[in-house]
Amino acid sequence: MKMMNCPLNGLRNISEFTYGGQVHTMPDPSTCDDQSWARYVFYEENDIGIVREWWQHTPSSYWFIVERHNGSDDILRTYDPGELFIDRVDFRTPEGAS
Amino acid sequence: MPLSLLKYGRGDNYPFERQPDLPGPTELRDHYDVIIIGGGGHGVATAYYLAKYHGITNVAVLEKAYLGGGNTARNTAVIRSNYLTPEGVRFYSASVKLYEGLANEFDFNIMYSQRGQLTLAHTDATVRAFRQRAEVNKHFGGRTELIDRQAIAELVPCLNLDPAELPVLAGLWHKDGATARHDAVAWGYARGATQRGVELHQLTEVTGIQQASGRVTGVTTNRGTIGCHTVIQAVAGHSATLARKAGFELPLVAYPLQAMVTLPVKPFLNPLVSSSALHCYVQQTSRGEIVIGGGSDPYPLYQSRASLPLKESLIASAVDMFPFLSEMRLLRQWAGITDMTTDYSPIMGLSPLQNYYLDAGWGTWGFKATPICGQTMAQLVASGGQVPELIQPFALDRFDRFQQVNEMGATAASH
Repeated sequence: MKMMNCPLNGLRNISEFTYGGQVHTMPDPSTCDDQSWARYVFYEENDIGIVREWWQHTPSSYWFIVERHNGSDDILRTYDPGELFIDRVDFRTPEGAS
Repeated sequence: MPLSLLKYGRGDNYPFERQPDLPGPTELRDHYDVIIIGGGGHGVATAYYLAKYHGITNVAVLEKAYLGGGNTARNTAVIRSNYLTPEGVRFYSASVKLYEGLANEFDFNIMYSQRGQLTLAHTDATVRAFRQRAEVNKHFGGRTELIDRQAIAELVPCLNLDPAELPVLAGLWHKDGATARHDAVAWGYARGATQRGVELHQLTEVTGIQQASGRVTGVTTNRGTIGCHTVIQAVAGHSATLARKAGFELPLVAYPLQAMVTLPVKPFLNPLVSSSALHCYVQQTSRGEIVIGGGSDPYPLYQSRASLPLKESLIASAVDMFPFLSEMRLLRQWAGITDMTTDYSPIMGLSPLQNYYLDAGWGTWGFKATPICGQTMAQLVASGGQVPELIQPFALDRFDRFQQVNEMGATAASH
């Protein structure tokens, strides 16, 4: 079976993992227009080449990032999302909203 | 046996001069009125309707490999219209109607066989969804009804009604469901089109789309550059990569879909049987092979390789439904690249370029739509860009307007 290296658990069968979509940067919903929101929701990188994706090691519920070639299915690199997401995100209700 | 036949049988001469179905290869011309990229069912069907019903014959179909060798050859040849949305049901019903008369239209046997399609429900939620699908279908003139376990047992006596932990509760019985020989559909259209002057160029790969001020002026190929008035792209799994060559993006993701057939056996299974919960469909071809199909890979990939885990799960489901299949041997297995949209509906009609039309997003629902795609795309081209009403809901800009056609009756959606 195809194997993938989980940054937390090491080399595991691909059947232990769940695909979770590509890594996108979310535009600010309060300022972006409909078209850029539509692009964020519906469009993915679909040329043949290297893509950056979310994957989960299902038994341990650990989410991480994979760089993979979507033509050859070669897994080039797997790493903890802490490498990309270094800033703390606060999900506060905007002022004035109830 | 007539004596004349015996005479020919003993003689050296064939009783009539054999005409090849398709003309041999020719040189590319400098310019065509219409260039269709992709020589699969949809491409040659569009060429056929353009030539036969609109008198547009200065048409070239460019195919990078050979006629009908892509997803036209890799689908499991299910023809049905028991979808969920009114837009989808109207569209696919029109396709089923065209399929019914296609062999006569071609004077070419496409081995169309209307045996009915049965989808099994294993949960209350699915039964409710099926009831809705049956009513939508009836409303648009299709023959679909909800049937109970006893009726299922009478239709398919060899079916196991109690697969492990998932007893069958009811079934969606679609009498219009059918199958046909997929190669014959492509060949019938290609023959009809080329007889009327359309050129089919195989081994001709489009490498670029030439444009000037928002219009396409021609295409570059591995055999040189050709000018044209209008271009249609109908390339299924590679729709997104071709659109990028034309300079725009499509909201598509490519997933492999895997299927397989067993060695042929005596006919025992008349309807096409599928199960929404077991993620599997099973049918017997006219040759006697059992087609086991319908497994989308769990993640996107531009590759038609097979994988053992998916084959295992498909076979396990098929054996759950028909336990004696465990005695059978596999003959072939394959995969095709499906271009999936997020709403399980196609992308048809206008593109960001003025004279470049789209026939894309065919995921797991392309073969059954072949005739109606050909007909509506031909109307679109012949009218100079007036989108036929039937395909207006499938416009590319529906994603920008947030007006998707959520087709949960699609095979991949129910799986």
